Amino acid sequence: MDKLLSEFSLGLFFWQLLLFVGLVLLLKKFAWKPILDAVNEREEGIKKALESAENAKKEMQNLASDNEALIKEARAERDAMLKEAREIREKMISEAKEDAKEQGAKMIENAVTAIDQEKQAALAHLKKEVGDLSMIIAKAILKKELSSQEDQIKLVEGMLKDVTLN
Amino acid sequence: MRRKFSIKKITFLLFLVSFVSVAQHNEKKDVANAPKEEKDLKVTIKEYINHHLLDSYDFGLFSYTNDQNEKVHIGSPLPVILWDNGLKVFLSSKFHYGETLAEVDGNYYKLYHNKIYKTDAQGTINYDAEHHPTNAKPLDFSITKNVVMIFVVFLIMFFMFKRMASAYQKNNGMPKGMGRLLEPIVLYIRDDIAKPNIGEKNYKRYMSYLLTIFFFVWIVNLFGLTPIGVNITNNIAVTFCLALFTYVITTFTAKKDYWKHIFWMPGVPVPMKIILAPIEFLGTIIKPFSLMIRLYANITAGHIVLMSIIGMMFVFNNWLGSSLSFFLAFVLGILELLVAALQAYIFTMLSALYFGSAVEEHDEHH
Repeated sequence: MDKLLSEFSLGLFFWQLLLFVGLVLLLKKFAWKPILDAVNEREEGIKKALESAENAKKEMQNLASDNEALIKEARAERDAMLKEAREIREKMISEAKEDAKEQGAKMIENAVTAIDQEKQAALAHLKKEVGDLSMIIAKAILKKELSSQEDQIKLVEGMLKDVTLN
Repeated sequence: MRRKFSIKKITFLLFLVSFVSVAQHNEKKDVANAPKEEKDLKVTIKEYINHHLLDSYDFGLFSYTNDQNEKVHIGSPLPVILWDNGLKVFLSSKFHYGETLAEVDGNYYKLYHNKIYKTDAQGTINYDAEHHPTNAKPLDFSITKNVVMIFVVFLIMFFMFKRMASAYQKNNGMPKGMGRLLEPIVLYIRDDIAKPNIGEKNYKRYMSYLLTIFFFVWIVNLFGLTPIGVNITNNIAVTFCLALFTYVITTFTAKKDYWKHIFWMPGVPVPMKIILAPIEFLGTIIKPFSLMIRLYANITAGHIVLMSIIGMMFVFNNWLGSSLSFFLAFVLGILELLVAALQAYIFTMLSALYFGSAVEEHDEHH
């Protein structure tokens, strides 16, 4: 310790203090600040570049997924449209079928009524014809049959028999 | 390319300036009463080592005794600046390496054991009981060998890093030349010393100091290993100055938490607080003190050991011992290169650690 103290040189201390303070201040202004700033700037630049690259990548991914979504949507729309078209077609067909059926039914009904009417008319006509004919026949039969008494009785009896059987 | 050369030129010129004026100080020595010549070789070596470890008032490269038995010093004198009732400036060549008195404005100064004392015209040195000189010592601001080297390192660092900085601007933020070598070191100090120890938030304002101290100590240590052999960091004044910076910066940038943890440690009982306060306070001084001693002791010890082993070559004076010593000195020299960087690293690292403790924010009590 004694040696250390005796070795201590105030002059050297003074110069060291002066020069070192000067060195720190000068280097701070002319070297460390520009160097560290440049390094920082460069690092920031690299960081930013990396970030923007990452962002671009993400954007690309987003775009891709957007595209995919769009495609999907378009596909879904197409499917929906197709489905709708199919439905419309089906509906139209079924409607047409229904219509046709209805029309047919109506026509058939009409035809049936017409036939019925015709039949009725024909029947009425037939009845009349048959009545006329039977009148003629009856007239003729009566003319022939009721010429004898016996035959008249026979006929009345036969009619009575039928009545009782009923 | 031209700029590259200009730096070399500057450094070269600096040395030239010191050595162009290399005055050959031939001093006639009295052959008859020169008991030094008969001194034991070991003692000579020891003296040489001790002399090497000390600062000196001239930039001596080497000295030898020539055929005419004259002691020849190769080197250059340096200005001596004294404050003794007024500024006294003269060249150290006036001392003739301690052989003569320097007379300035009627005052006499004597170089005795590498220190300047004020004496009478005869150069008498009075001693106290412990054989310490009692003569008055004028305030000494001389440009000694070490001051010259500090100045050289100052210039080297300034131009080196200024050039590095301007290269960034010219080169779009990319390092160039020397900067490519230095940038990883700068980044290492920032990312592995400053950031983890001080913290992301506060590290920036300490960066200038940490970078300067690291490169300063490193370059200075390396210069100590060159054959010029000026080791600045084995002066206690220098390491004291550096440690003082760390202490002052720590103290003046410290936050409230730091002082609170020193004088009124939270979370311990009151009697413990009272006991802890002086201990903690002493700790704040011991920390930079250890910085000072560590750097000083490591560099001094390294130099003593290295020079002793080199000296052993001459002591052995046979091929086996001398070559072994040479090999050992070689290995140790490489080790010293490592130590030069290591000590700079440790100094920076510990400084950062102390700064970190000064600005640390404690969230909870412990």
